[in-house]
Amino acid sequence: MGAGHAHALYVHEHSAIHNMAPEVKLVATFLFVIAVAVTPRQAIWAFAVYASLLALITLVSRVKPGFLVVRLAAVVPFVLFALLIPFVAGGETVEVLGLTVSREGLWGAWNVLAKATLGAGASILLAATTEISEMLRGMSILKVPPALTAIAMFMVRYLVLVSGELARMRTAMTARGYDPRWLWQAKPLAASAGALFIRSYERGERVHAAMVARGFTGEMPDLGGRRGSRSDWIRAAGLVAVAVTVASFALVFS
Amino acid sequence: MHAPDGFLNVGTALATGALSAGTIGAALRQSGQTLRDKQIPLAGLAAAFIFAAQMFNFPVAAGTTGHLIGGALAAVLLGPTVGALVVTVVVIVQALAFADGGLTALGYNILNMAIVPAFGGYAVFRLFRRLLPRSAGGVVGAMGLAGLISVVLSAAAFSIEWLFGATAPVPFDTVFGAMVAVHSLIGIGEGVISALVIGAVLAVRPDLVVGASDLDRTQLADRRPAKIRVFAIAALLVTLFVAAVVSQFAAEAPDGLERVALDTGISGAGDSPLSSGPFADYATAGIDNERLSLAIAGVAGSLVTLAVGFGLFAAARGARRGDRSVA
Amino acid sequence: MSRVALSVAGLRYTYPDGREALRGIDLEVGVGQKVAILGPNGAGKTTLALHLNGIHEALAGTVTVGSLELRPESVGEIRRRVGLVFQDPDDQLFMPTVAADVAFGPANLGLVGEELEARVAEALAAVEALSLADRAPHHLSGGERRRVAIATVLAMRPDLLVLDEPTSGLDPAGRRELIATLQSLEMTQLVVTHDLPFALELCDRALILDGGVVVANGQTQKLLSNPDLLAAHRLEMPFGFVGFG
Repeated sequence: MGAGHAHALYVHEHSAIHNMAPEVKLVATFLFVIAVAVTPRQAIWAFAVYASLLALITLVSRVKPGFLVVRLAAVVPFVLFALLIPFVAGGETVEVLGLTVSREGLWGAWNVLAKATLGAGASILLAATTEISEMLRGMSILKVPPALTAIAMFMVRYLVLVSGELARMRTAMTARGYDPRWLWQAKPLAASAGALFIRSYERGERVHAAMVARGFTGEMPDLGGRRGSRSDWIRAAGLVAVAVTVASFALVFS
Repeated sequence: MHAPDGFLNVGTALATGALSAGTIGAALRQSGQTLRDKQIPLAGLAAAFIFAAQMFNFPVAAGTTGHLIGGALAAVLLGPTVGALVVTVVVIVQALAFADGGLTALGYNILNMAIVPAFGGYAVFRLFRRLLPRSAGGVVGAMGLAGLISVVLSAAAFSIEWLFGATAPVPFDTVFGAMVAVHSLIGIGEGVISALVIGAVLAVRPDLVVGASDLDRTQLADRRPAKIRVFAIAALLVTLFVAAVVSQFAAEAPDGLERVALDTGISGAGDSPLSSGPFADYATAGIDNERLSLAIAGVAGSLVTLAVGFGLFAAARGARRGDRSVA
Repeated sequence: MSRVALSVAGLRYTYPDGREALRGIDLEVGVGQKVAILGPNGAGKTTLALHLNGIHEALAGTVTVGSLELRPESVGEIRRRVGLVFQDPDDQLFMPTVAADVAFGPANLGLVGEELEARVAEALAAVEALSLADRAPHHLSGGERRRVAIATVLAMRPDLLVLDEPTSGLDPAGRRELIATLQSLEMTQLVVTHDLPFALELCDRALILDGGVVVANGQTQKLLSNPDLLAAHRLEMPFGFVGFG
């Protein structure tokens, strides 16, 4: 359902959040999302606190709230699923706006809606304030296996190029009157995807030759870059501490 | 398919996270040396291709479109190990840089979108390769069926995770029925497009298709498609059959559930997501359906596990043989 | 000819599919010379370039850079000495930012920290691209991309620069800037190209390669003013060209 977009969510700005080291932001986002996930659904106040934390970070990061809302649309298919839950779920029923729905189902729907929205909001803020290359650098600092981050780096570098080639092939086909409407008319389209794979593979071979020509022996060199400062970690810890405290309270007192 | 945060409970997120991390770790170790050399840029470009292919809208019917998922296609093109790694990278980057799929959902998203379709799809591919003629046409046919079944395996895997980690009182039968039925239809598109893509690559650079690396030149030149058509029709019938049978379960479930749920008075209040037992109460809530529910889950679970296990085995054997499964 | 920067003797290469690409190449380039390699498509020009820093392994023959012969044990040093600029800058610029890409080569040589940064700055300055350091490669214009690709190689301080079709895809202004950049670099240069006026402007000497062998070798101006020779090898000066003088 989430047919991806070739252009990342990064919003160029200068803010305290943008300037934070990527590994700090990654850790903070993960902890925040985990805190949200473990929070019992009936602790509505807790979700309100999480939402205000996200609102605060949005404000500081100078990311436009409208952008955040538009990008939240990515979770729409699951929202639709969530809205279905009260109708298909069993259990005690209640009347809402003249409809008979399952009380349990309503809670289930709320649970998915709240957590999915907050989680997506946190992810969108992370992506909007961190360039992909920085994110990957953060991942290697956090000891994600270098093969994975290196594959991701090449993927990100060539994504725009590869999807651009796909778009151009499609334009060339449309220009010659190809407008498929049924699955059995898809053959030329699939052939273009096959050609795209071959082109991508051959480019991979040329990139490898270019790397070898500059002394590559199998290990990506560490090019340094700024590590998270103490103050980065302290600020992130402050935000995470609020979320973790809220989650703990919600777990204990529910 | 990119599930958001909070879709399954925390225990399931952790368990699938550990399972995915373990499998990816093993895959990385297995492809270690080859991956270090030429493979890294090649795998990166392949990941860019899969990412682009997922944005690739193909026509389904009357102008509506669907898009590729690509796990089985990646496995047949690159071998199951590298294929799984490549799709894993795609899923991770989609979550981090595009906010597509939740961060706490990464464990089950990687499992359902990368590991199950790549290893499971490859297992199905090997199986049908044995049944079909040793020719380019046979590879294309096997790819089509593997593409179809990989999507159904993914849906089954998700349903089984729901059995352990449901966050709403929708019983396993309903989720399984709906997921498998819908994905059988989605799978037809996935199978047809994957098969056509493999066919196109085989026609120009057969040496790039790992799943066909055992064929010689004359076998690769044999592209008779007649048998593929027979298999396409067979696949369609199988799908319709599965959909029909499954939807029977799905239709039965709510009635029984509602009645019993009332009797047993399930209480959601005070139910912390951390305190779920081995099966989420929700997913097995219909007591009279429980046996059936567990039976379906058991069968589906064994099938998914078998497929993934066989795929892993095929990958490991390929690596030992010095197969160019990653060349 | 004073000291020899590059000498190639009896170089032969056959592709895995059986196609013979190089059938005995002999050539010698003096230190500081700028030499054009001309020839029709499929003449083996790019294949020859890939041999010069050991990406393709020759079937027979030798490549010697300075006094160092290309062998498995010397390939690392050869790759430092011979800077190869690929035809498509998108193949060459694979890192997320220009600075990271220029740093890739010297980092592989073991440079770190300030030394590495200084080397990156030096290479970018040489192609007048210092201001592009933090840009992503896919946001650069064609001309900028080409100059940065050259910087990625200059950062390894090569003795010999090998450029494969450097003017392809450039607009006239980008081409003009590239010529100025290459003229300002004093090192030995070997330029594979179809762009005959470009070869004439940059290189005193030229070779014509066809069918995997060197078929002509001499002053660029002399070779290019021989229309019969050019026509025999599918080359031709642009219509109305009046650059001889």
